[in-house]
Amino acid sequence: MSLNAFITKETVESDEDGPLSGKTIAVKDNISTKGLRTTCGSAMLEDYVPPYDATVVELLKDAGATIVGKANMDEFGMGTTTETSAFGPTKNPVDESRVPGGSSGGSAAAVAAGEADLALGSDTGGSIRCPAAFCGVVGIKPTYGLVSRYGLVAYANSLEQIGPIAPTVEEAAGLLDVIAGPDERDGTTHDEGADSDYASAATGDVDGLTIGVPTELVEGADEGVKEAFWAALDELEAQGAEYHEVSMPSVEKAVAAYYVIAMSEASSNLARFDGVRYGKSGGYEGNWNDAFARAREEGFGPEVKRRILLGTYALSAGYHDKYYAKAQDARAWVKQDFDAAFEDVDVLASPTMPVPPFKLGESLDDPLQMYLADANTVPVNLANLPAISVPAGETDGLPVGLQLIGPKFDEETIIRAASAVEN
Amino acid sequence: MSDTPVDADEVRHVAELARVDLDEDEVEEFATQFADILEYFDALDEVPEVDREDELVNVMRPDEVREGLTQEEALSNAAETEDGYFKGPRVS
Repeated sequence: MSLNAFITKETVESDEDGPLSGKTIAVKDNISTKGLRTTCGSAMLEDYVPPYDATVVELLKDAGATIVGKANMDEFGMGTTTETSAFGPTKNPVDESRVPGGSSGGSAAAVAAGEADLALGSDTGGSIRCPAAFCGVVGIKPTYGLVSRYGLVAYANSLEQIGPIAPTVEEAAGLLDVIAGPDERDGTTHDEGADSDYASAATGDVDGLTIGVPTELVEGADEGVKEAFWAALDELEAQGAEYHEVSMPSVEKAVAAYYVIAMSEASSNLARFDGVRYGKSGGYEGNWNDAFARAREEGFGPEVKRRILLGTYALSAGYHDKYYAKAQDARAWVKQDFDAAFEDVDVLASPTMPVPPFKLGESLDDPLQMYLADANTVPVNLANLPAISVPAGETDGLPVGLQLIGPKFDEETIIRAASAVEN
Repeated sequence: MSDTPVDADEVRHVAELARVDLDEDEVEEFATQFADILEYFDALDEVPEVDREDELVNVMRPDEVREGLTQEEALSNAAETEDGYFKGPRVS
């Protein structure tokens, strides 16, 4: 049976010779590929063929990679299960009755099933780390600004980053080396990462490393997930690392802050899909507003409509201060909590997801419950920090991911620590 | 609970602002879900006021003419065009 990991299966060979020669790569379908259909998992963009490559895709081609298709995803990146895709859900290769996580579920499933050597995903609130954890592979959410977002179809641009998914920490770090660095077409990029060698940071040596465990990110987790998590930390301790619990009260407000900010940005970013500039027109008669509203009714799925409407509400007169302004306060608070924590520790660790992979269809009816599953990943995006998810054992035969979070632009340390988890 | 409960009329109003038509089933479903979600967002009321120390810098470059998409490429995904422009529905 097909996993439905790809929306478009088409091979694009590269003429170049580089570090990714001979490697096959799945590219998430919200990353623009010249001449290759890019749908964002949405019926709205079913026929959209970008006239240019995203910067990361140019970099893949320059590095000699072979693109093997556009990976399935939650519509416009909105979901934690890859079930909101207009092209049907992706199955988890570890257990096909379960979801692969989301929103980069196709990317992680393709790598876990060996349908691609490596993959690119994007992470707005955990969309690389969640599917990496659920499929038993490695995913890195880079520091905000490390990787160019030029050519990434925007969902919530103050939060999202493109990043690698791979079978091992070293391979994920090697792919990050290819895509990291400044880009004059993205003013938020940074000089860090220009001449990176993250792959060689995967030494497996954690002797002397100090790890903080935010209690708030462990307490609510499923028992089996907790057992695997603590066993992984004990293993790191046996290799010479030291860990202790820390308290970060702000992270308990992170999910609410994340969704208010992400939905607000989405309501603005997705305004371009009006059936005239982008998206299907439907050919409706009537005035501009009516025609747009009907094209958008038809083109967007329920989760996208839900987020656009909630974002519009949060930004509307009378509610802006209550929701959006407060969410920005929470974001600043989360950043402060992380800064304070990193004064005493090298990295922070938590389970990537508080639960094992959901059964297909299980979470669709209750959006709030699905949002709460992102509790451990969203604080990282609010604080613009780097984080990695690395496989750390199983619960009932299902993969558990360990998340390691580092200070801004300190990808080396989380890569080093994660490589020790593989030992 | 939010100051104003979310009822079907409010969902319809926001949908109009957002330019998204909804059918009646969606309006009812969203009204119920929004009440739950917004109640959860009320947790933000407990967030203290925080000094933001954003180190924002403007990233500038010279405004030089450079190669871009051709007009044809830029319009290649538009359903309807006329004389090199996007053709949209009438404005009112």
